[in-house]
Amino acid sequence: MSVSAAEPAHEPMAPEPWRIRQVRREVADGEVFTWTMEPLSGEAAVARPGQFNMLYLFGVGEVAISISALADDGTPVHTIRAVGSVTRAMQDLGPGDVVGLRGPFGSAWPVAAAEGRDLVLAAGGIGLAPLRPVVHAVLARREAFGRVLVCYGARSPRDLIFRDELEQWRANPDLDLRVTVDRGTADWKGDVGVVTQLIDRGGFDGRNAIAMVCGPEVMMRFSALSLHRRGIAPERIHVSMERSMRCALGFCGHCQIGPHFVCRDGPVFPYPAMEPAFRVNEL
Amino acid sequence: MRVIAPQAMDTLIRLLSEDGYEVVGPTRREGAIVYDRVHGLDDLPAGWGDDHAPGRYRLWQRDDQALFGYVVGPHSWKKYLFPPRETLVRVHRRDDGGFETENGEPSPPRRAFIGVRPCELAAIDVQDRVFLGQAVRDRAYGARREGVFLVAVNCAEPGGTCFCASMDTGPRAKSGFDMALTEVIEGGMHVLVAEAGTEAGEALLQRLEPREADDAERRAAERVWREAPQRMGRAMPTNARDVIARSLEHPRWEETARRCLSCANCTLVCPTCFCAQMEEVPDLEGRVSERVRTWDSCFNGEHSYMVGGTHRTTVAARYRQWLSHKLSTWHDQFGTSGCVGCGRCITWCPVGIDITEEVAGLAGGGDS
Amino acid sequence: MNELMEMLKDRPFFEGLSEAHMKLLAACAALRSFEPDVCLFREHEPAEAFYLVRSGTVALESRLPGRGARTFATLGEGDMLGWSWLIPPYRWHYDARAITPVHTVHFDAAVLRDRMDHDPELGYALLKRFTGLIVERLQAARLQSLDIYGDADVGLGG
Repeated sequence: MSVSAAEPAHEPMAPEPWRIRQVRREVADGEVFTWTMEPLSGEAAVARPGQFNMLYLFGVGEVAISISALADDGTPVHTIRAVGSVTRAMQDLGPGDVVGLRGPFGSAWPVAAAEGRDLVLAAGGIGLAPLRPVVHAVLARREAFGRVLVCYGARSPRDLIFRDELEQWRANPDLDLRVTVDRGTADWKGDVGVVTQLIDRGGFDGRNAIAMVCGPEVMMRFSALSLHRRGIAPERIHVSMERSMRCALGFCGHCQIGPHFVCRDGPVFPYPAMEPAFRVNEL
Repeated sequence: MRVIAPQAMDTLIRLLSEDGYEVVGPTRREGAIVYDRVHGLDDLPAGWGDDHAPGRYRLWQRDDQALFGYVVGPHSWKKYLFPPRETLVRVHRRDDGGFETENGEPSPPRRAFIGVRPCELAAIDVQDRVFLGQAVRDRAYGARREGVFLVAVNCAEPGGTCFCASMDTGPRAKSGFDMALTEVIEGGMHVLVAEAGTEAGEALLQRLEPREADDAERRAAERVWREAPQRMGRAMPTNARDVIARSLEHPRWEETARRCLSCANCTLVCPTCFCAQMEEVPDLEGRVSERVRTWDSCFNGEHSYMVGGTHRTTVAARYRQWLSHKLSTWHDQFGTSGCVGCGRCITWCPVGIDITEEVAGLAGGGDS
Repeated sequence: MNELMEMLKDRPFFEGLSEAHMKLLAACAALRSFEPDVCLFREHEPAEAFYLVRSGTVALESRLPGRGARTFATLGEGDMLGWSWLIPPYRWHYDARAITPVHTVHFDAAVLRDRMDHDPELGYALLKRFTGLIVERLQAARLQSLDIYGDADVGLGG
């Protein structure tokens, strides 16, 4: 028996060509870099903070990269860390080069649900990238939110990304930016310690706050504990998960966490949905 | 109730070929019943049966000329609808640095499947839900699936590793076919009871000039349908979904992992497993690069690889992923079990791990 | 002293202490400020105090031969500093240095220690609070030692 297949004209795994407009090195050795891009044809679908795109490099492959900002016209900005074969090859590209893009995919941070509440953003390492669009969205309608804390931890001062913007945030009375590093350097005047300690310092009304956490899984686990201890109910803590995403469409099966496809149901999940994965080893 | 003679299968295959179908069906090769192109009655495995046990599969010669006297072989129809390796996209690089894309297999052949078991119809339905039932449809699967003509064959003699009755997927097909056959052999009687499931199936059946079954044939057919469910080699515990959901840290995973070779046979023979890897295959000149999809398995270490490390490092974690996905979380994802009770994973497991026994063990406590 | 009481009573660390114990703490307390780069205490000196940081940043450091001072933690507004006065040999194990101008409440721990020995209720109340503090710092130190931002944990960036 056949199925009535209103077959899409388009192959969902086919990347669209996009041109790199600008490359910004985020850390001294260029291992983390940010691309501003534009589609070569047509208009891009509008993305929401927390979503990701599949970026493709001809002859090399494809990789899931979260959206680290949305330009005024809605085009996504990506911040990439060169750690795998695809991202390392991407490190050599510059303005004018063409790459492929599919997306946007996945769930978004519940920014609207944070309105009228205090908002705690906890970022670890490059986990600040997917949270940056939230800060932008909040600053655009600052009056809609209560106190806004940005807690950001990195391994060392040289690993901090978005430095210029961090300075702006620090000077902005509308934000409470707290930055800490695991290992200080002689010239580092800021905090030394882990990001959970920034949460432990409080400064928000836990009963009325919402939290968004992105970073290494261990960091998210401990941050969730600290946020919970500070009175934020688990269902108001949101985490962004990382698993191997090869298709981003729920077809390839690689990104499953229990019943969830990270690409389709995530990457942003309410903490209770991820609690079993945090508790059960290698789920 | 209408019947056709076994020889009418020759006409059926020829008519479908004339109608433009690539006809695929069971045939005997290298000691197994496999699915391949069939051109006439002679290609069907007349007189062959198969013996199924954990880690064991053997053909044997029947004392009749049953066309469908076997159960299922190592192949499933998945290899046609979701092939082990396929080019999804061909990317052509342009001189200006940009690129254009082209679909890998724009117009696949229309295929007719002959001899689809009820559990296999269920498996096709399961994969339809995966590839066509989500927000985005899988173009390549849809293009192949669209024109398929399905000739089902109900099971008269379930095998030693079969448990479709407990999964409610067989041994008699309820829907999802164009035509369904039941092979009835008793004494000197040998006929195929034929039912149409669609207009296309009815039209084809008319062209085979069926006749009404006589009383003896009718009684024999009803006996087949009545008795086949009682002859299952195995049964899946009814509450598999919940048993697994609450057994994620059960010691049995570790125990089974000591036997499991992590060879991925179970996922390859499974008619519903759909995990796939994407490969980038550029040509030597750097002009064209293909995005190739190949079957993957959750038993492979690379399956859960993220930059810097593999998430599921242990065989126990991989076996748990497979079993819990198949029988438990599949319900959450696609509204059905991922298991259709075909028994292939038991038969083709080199160490004979039995999925029904595993679930019973998880249900029964830690020391089982 | 009333001013000090006011300063202490809203701090979570002192929450739940009895009026009498609060009065005692206030009696042992004094305001102290430190210019940048000045040490609040140094490794191996007798530990006879603990601090509530009212403002500014304090770095906890260890000096490594040939490599200078290495900061392993910083403390800021609202943080409690110092527990070596609780455990013999009552010596500081690290340096505490002001990074910015630092304003603190300084507590005379030698007096308190003596009182805690004779008033188990006070002893338990304070030990319980310091244990919580120690556990929190220990957990943070463990997390720090895991080096979680290594290549194996990169998030959606790779």
